[in-house]
Amino acid sequence: MDLRFTAEEIAWRDEVRAFIDAELDPALRERMRVGFGPTKQETIDWQRKLNKKGWACPGWPEEFGGATWTPVQRLIFNEAIQSAPAPDLQGFNITMLGPVLAHFGTPEQKAYFLPRAANLDDWWCQGFSEPGAGSDLASLKTAAKREGDFYIVNGQKIWTSTAHMADWIFALVRTDPNARKKQEGISFLLIDMKTPGITVRPIISIDGSHHLNEVFFDDVKVPVHQRVYEENRGWDVAKYLLGNERSGIARLGKSRANLEFAVDTARQVRSGGAPLVEDRGFRHRVAQIEVDIKALELTQMRVIAAASKKSDGKPDPFSSLLKIKGTELLQATSELIMDTGGPMAMPIWASELHALGNEPIAPEWAGYMAAPYLMLRAASIYGGTNEIQRNILNKAVLRL
Amino acid sequence: MDFDLTDDQKLLTDSVARLLGDRYTFEARKGFQKQDAGWSADMWGQFAEMGLLGLPFDEAYGGFGGGAVDIMLVMEQFGKALVLEPYLATVVLAGTALRVAGSEAQKSAILPEIIGGAMKLAFAHGEQGARYDLSDVTTTARKAAGGWVIDGAKSVVLHGDCADKIVVSARTSGDRNDEAGITLFLVDGDAKGVTRRGYQLRDGTRAAEISFASVEIGDDGLLGTLGTGFAVIGRVGEAGISAMSAEVVGSMDKMLDVTLDYLRTRQQFGKAIGENQVLQHKAADMLMATEQGRSMSMLAAMMVDETDDAERTRNFALAKVGVGQAGRFVSQNAVQLHGGIGMTEEYLIGHYFRRVMMFEHSFGDTAYYLNKLADQVH
Ligand SMILES: Cc1cc2nc3c(=O)[nH]c(=O)nc-3n(C[C@H](O)[C@H](O)[C@H](O)COP(=O)(O)OP(=O)(O)OC[C@H]3O[C@@H](n4cnc5c(N)ncnc54)[C@H](O)[C@@H]3O)c2cc1C
Ligand SMILES: Cc1cc2nc3c(=O)[nH]c(=O)nc-3n(C[C@H](O)[C@H](O)[C@H](O)COP(=O)(O)OP(=O)(O)OC[C@H]3O[C@@H](n4cnc5c(N)ncnc54)[C@H](O)[C@@H]3O)c2cc1C
Repeated sequence: MDLRFTAEEIAWRDEVRAFIDAELDPALRERMRVGFGPTKQETIDWQRKLNKKGWACPGWPEEFGGATWTPVQRLIFNEAIQSAPAPDLQGFNITMLGPVLAHFGTPEQKAYFLPRAANLDDWWCQGFSEPGAGSDLASLKTAAKREGDFYIVNGQKIWTSTAHMADWIFALVRTDPNARKKQEGISFLLIDMKTPGITVRPIISIDGSHHLNEVFFDDVKVPVHQRVYEENRGWDVAKYLLGNERSGIARLGKSRANLEFAVDTARQVRSGGAPLVEDRGFRHRVAQIEVDIKALELTQMRVIAAASKKSDGKPDPFSSLLKIKGTELLQATSELIMDTGGPMAMPIWASELHALGNEPIAPEWAGYMAAPYLMLRAASIYGGTNEIQRNILNKAVLRL
Repeated sequence: MDFDLTDDQKLLTDSVARLLGDRYTFEARKGFQKQDAGWSADMWGQFAEMGLLGLPFDEAYGGFGGGAVDIMLVMEQFGKALVLEPYLATVVLAGTALRVAGSEAQKSAILPEIIGGAMKLAFAHGEQGARYDLSDVTTTARKAAGGWVIDGAKSVVLHGDCADKIVVSARTSGDRNDEAGITLFLVDGDAKGVTRRGYQLRDGTRAAEISFASVEIGDDGLLGTLGTGFAVIGRVGEAGISAMSAEVVGSMDKMLDVTLDYLRTRQQFGKAIGENQVLQHKAADMLMATEQGRSMSMLAAMMVDETDDAERTRNFALAKVGVGQAGRFVSQNAVQLHGGIGMTEEYLIGHYFRRVMMFEHSFGDTAYYLNKLADQVH
């Protein structure tokens, strides 16, 4: 046992960091540091730079452009990206769809979609949740009726992140309403967002941003060859995908970057006549988060090391642990940022800029400090709520 | 100890609850927010008519002669409806400054105007670098012939954009953190040299950045006596904590209600989600936090007029932490128990969430008051 990185691993981390330093637009990096997300175009540009370098889809099989990195190397890569901070690999394309197609797709599907996904030529979104099917995903109702070489899709998805910027959606649909078990009548379809009959309606979130959408399907014709895997076996595909989604969700590097930003800001904020960073209570909060980050970092390594030794391809229930603890850290660090901003984090600076005659009402960092706190309340909801993750741990690990 | 309300207080609570229940639905509130001022002049008139604007003021000025408990009862109802009007700013904050420090002439000129609904006030104290430090004042007032000249800037002044008169704290002597060198002044909102930039806060209420460039006021603009503003500012902050604590209690009540309804009606896995024990326990925790918060809000109300300074400030620290933590817990879990719908602007929970968030960062946050309490541990 040795918990330290090897010399090779450290060299690898330095290589990734050097690449980021050289290639990432410093203005974007600074905006991300203070809490902004990248625009669609910025994500695409960055993804393409990574693609050129051969780093766009490290988790995929090698034949489709994946990297031959060890699990630890992959972790180092992700963390370097997140803590830079640079845009994450586009999750729907890279973490979710890619591995699914590589595992379940037809040769034609692989040949056409995988390279385009890696290069972000297509922006994918995830059409799983429905108004009546959230935690109970398998109760989904969006219907796909077979007519010759097509499915006719009718129904509604909700909470579809970035659907308004997406070219394609991968969706779970019900192909057999009479199946014995609700999990058994579901199929996994790839649907072009330009197909007639699709309507996207925005949902504004409590941070004021437009990230979520409703997607309506009204007699949408989808060629049968755009189904992944067998008809009525879509649940197997979904489970495979969700396992991957969860493990990517810890985003420890992002929490680390958040913490750094909070501390950096606390050096500039005065409290009781001294910089806030000198306040004992503030430091205790930071210290506690550092403890939690370290524990999760090592647990994550252990989960990854164990996963790389088994080859049954089944999702590891311990990915639920990573999801819960990782999102708790995202929430704790964004909360710390908001508290550090204090009263100056309260105005809606960005959207009220015009009203203010374009003059900031506080130091520039302050205006964005509450928005990530608000948005990250969703971290314990998306990707399967943290209650559901605990249910999974109970069932699959503790066997209660 | 006596936790009972008088008949008058019950009547007050019921009539405010009825008015808001009829006129201040979540939908109506959205409309109020879209009005130019960001709130409803019509509702303000209703508050005046009901006597709410005169609640804490002496009967001699046309007021109701009520106390902190009456304010608490009204603010609880306001918290349930998320009232947007400048009640806190006018009646509680500036109103306290006038009650505590105003001269007879100032009170008889201004209070009747407030009470009748004709005049709105704001309390402009916080500055950009000051955070929660009450003595951190860099705005200056210098003596001139027949009056004073004010220079400086105030930040996040609640309802500062619509105020007819602004209570301003300024440094009349000493350096940046000198408590003895702070004096309060009354400035007209549209006085020459006053620039106001109004905007919406995260909770939908209004605030302003106000700058003062050689603003000239007469000697009658001095509020209280020279160099004694700091103590008054403390009392204003405490009145604010007490009133807003009650508001947060009302918001917690509402969030708990709405969440319980959702737990009973939302179906997943073929049953109401509220049948899951883990959610029942969360709801029980929310109930406990709400009740603990209510106790602390009552403590704050009882302390507003306490004359023992040490006793009063210590209890306000306890209350602010207690209500702040309860509010954060309840609002975070209200979102969590709703799932995705709790994250949307269209649904009501997020609006309560953000109001409670504002409370935590007003008049000193949890960390600030825990420090104050910790300093007393020996
Ligand atoms: C920001 C955001 C982005 C999202 N992006 C996408 C996306 O791109 N694509 C997509 O398909 N979906 C997406 N989702 C949807 C997300 O997966 C669902 O919100 C989530 O699965 C919860 O479903 P729900 O919102 O219907 O809540 P519900 O399932 O109704 O849950 C409500 C509450 O009940 C609890 N609960 C439910 N069942 C149980 C149980 N058995 N035991 C204990 N507690 C239970 C939940 O934990 C939660 O607290 C997103 C959601 C958010 C908030
Ligand atoms: C120091 C001490 C003094 C006591 N004094 C007295 C006394 O004076 N008189 C007397 O009559 N008894 C007394 N008791 C007994 C006490 O009331 C029982 O221990 C208690 O009711 C729990 O019962 P149990 O020990 O059988 O645990 P169980 O009931 O078997 O519980 C075991 C665990 O399961 C949990 N659990 C059980 N059912 C549920 C459920 N439906 N939902 C969620 N969780 C559940 C419990 O919370 C506990 O964590 C005493 C116990 C102790 C430890």
